[in-house]
Amino acid sequence: MIEIDQIRSIGEIEGEIVSEFSLFDEWLDKYEYLIELGKELESINESDKTDDNLIRGCQSRVWLVCRNDGGRLWFGADSDAVITKGIISLLLKVYNGQKYDDIIASDFSFIEKIGLRENLSPTRANGLLSMIKQIKAYALAYKEKEAQQ
Amino acid sequence: MLFRPKTKVCLVLLQVMEIIEQIREIFPALHQQIWGKPLIYLDNAATTQKPREVLELQVRMSSLTNANIHRALHKLSADATDLYEAGREAVRIFLEAESREEIIFTSGATAALNLIASSLVRSHMTPRDKVLICEAEHHSNIVPWQLACETFGRSVEVLPVEENGEISLERLSELLEADDRIRILAVSHISNVLGIINPVAEIVRIAHSKGVLVVIDGAQGVVHDKVSVKEMNCDFYVFSGHKIYAPTGIGVLYGKRSLLESMPPYMGGGDMVDRVSFSGTTYAPLPLKFEAGTPNFVAAACLKPALEFATAVREDVQVQEHERKIVVTMVEELQRIKGLKICGLPQDLSLKTPIFSMSIEGVHPSDIAQMLDKMGIAVRSGLMCAEPIVSRFSDQGLLRVSFAPYNTIFECETFISKLKLVTNMLK
Repeated sequence: MIEIDQIRSIGEIEGEIVSEFSLFDEWLDKYEYLIELGKELESINESDKTDDNLIRGCQSRVWLVCRNDGGRLWFGADSDAVITKGIISLLLKVYNGQKYDDIIASDFSFIEKIGLRENLSPTRANGLLSMIKQIKAYALAYKEKEAQQ
Repeated sequence: MLFRPKTKVCLVLLQVMEIIEQIREIFPALHQQIWGKPLIYLDNAATTQKPREVLELQVRMSSLTNANIHRALHKLSADATDLYEAGREAVRIFLEAESREEIIFTSGATAALNLIASSLVRSHMTPRDKVLICEAEHHSNIVPWQLACETFGRSVEVLPVEENGEISLERLSELLEADDRIRILAVSHISNVLGIINPVAEIVRIAHSKGVLVVIDGAQGVVHDKVSVKEMNCDFYVFSGHKIYAPTGIGVLYGKRSLLESMPPYMGGGDMVDRVSFSGTTYAPLPLKFEAGTPNFVAAACLKPALEFATAVREDVQVQEHERKIVVTMVEELQRIKGLKICGLPQDLSLKTPIFSMSIEGVHPSDIAQMLDKMGIAVRSGLMCAEPIVSRFSDQGLLRVSFAPYNTIFECETFISKLKLVTNMLK
């Protein structure tokens, strides 16, 4: 596990991903990289692949779990489609260990900057948007929960 | 002498290519680039592209002959009505139906099936009766029956298909023999997943021998097989315009006249009535009894050029040969790909239409579809609105490619080679 003091800001990580993707001239290279990330992504426990954790509206199945550790959120996610897993891997890289307020404030614009939004628009039913919504929903839920305490 | 047969083959091939090129010429949508690549459109089972003649009529009618049909005495209304009714006559000829009264316009095959299910279950079934639905049906031929049966307290049974996707006539006979409560059989002419031509005439004969009415979903059937409701002797046959070169938003319901006359209207509203008063309303004669509200008269009129085009290509020997070649090439090439399973492969290959659903071991169909899209190749992935049959083959959905006469052998081969490339990357 990454030490908390090692966690960089959302903007910093996003910037790094954007510059990484800017190296790809060809869309195929971009996808190859996403596939590679997808294959490397650590699976979540089979016991976490429940209907409750399933994100609706995706053609491929996506499971997302979230853990709150002192105001910082840690996500685990999995999918049966490898490109989707690649995208998940990027999202986890950016949002894992971040404070919920930062996640709520984040605009997820790096997706557009790396040229994925054009291919992965909400109408494509690939679940990118549903994943992002779910990440935000977790952040909002934990914020509310804390406010009630 | 040695060269002659070869030359002859080449000539025939050239002629076929020329005809396909001529067909391509009249489809503007085919001549565009997607993500910088020439479009290869292989999602025809969902929607076909439209030929120029259809598009021109659509624009001409919307811009000039635009007036509500059957309503007014003025010239524009009369002209629009004539075009609308000409569409109906074209459908009658196309389906070889006896009379225009048997051709009802709906918004699509789905609406037609909802109409039949709701009206028929209400009027032609008692609480003990059942509807038998084929396992390989599109949701549009499942859910309307479930809804109607739920509303009126009837029940639904399933006719399973064989391992290779074919319907077993023996099994059908046995099922009908074993359960005399089955009153209606809902089955597709060609499943949008399996792409196999079902023996509909035989199915109808067997069902009728047990007094069972037959409703046929012809959404794919009208495109890939000749349809004669007279010869088939089915009670109902439905299809959509957008899958057969016509615009979206128009569908056809064929029903035997005596049945349609004995069925209650499905929707109420303008033009479907004879007289309206608060003490009671009487209905217009067929076909208007089932056409409440202003219909999509532009799309209905466009069915005429669309169906004429469909008939012309279907009857063209060279186009037939071309389609056979695509089917044979696809079957041969797909079977060579390791881990690939074609879902719906009849013993007699002449019954296979160019609709191919497949699963590939270890690769998710949505990944393949996304990557092919970036290569300009439009294919379908997922459940294809037919979850029961798709989930029998895979819990991840399937990949489907479906061809039209304007798809070339080159496009077919390009798809195969790109599929191999993408599959290797994703594995």
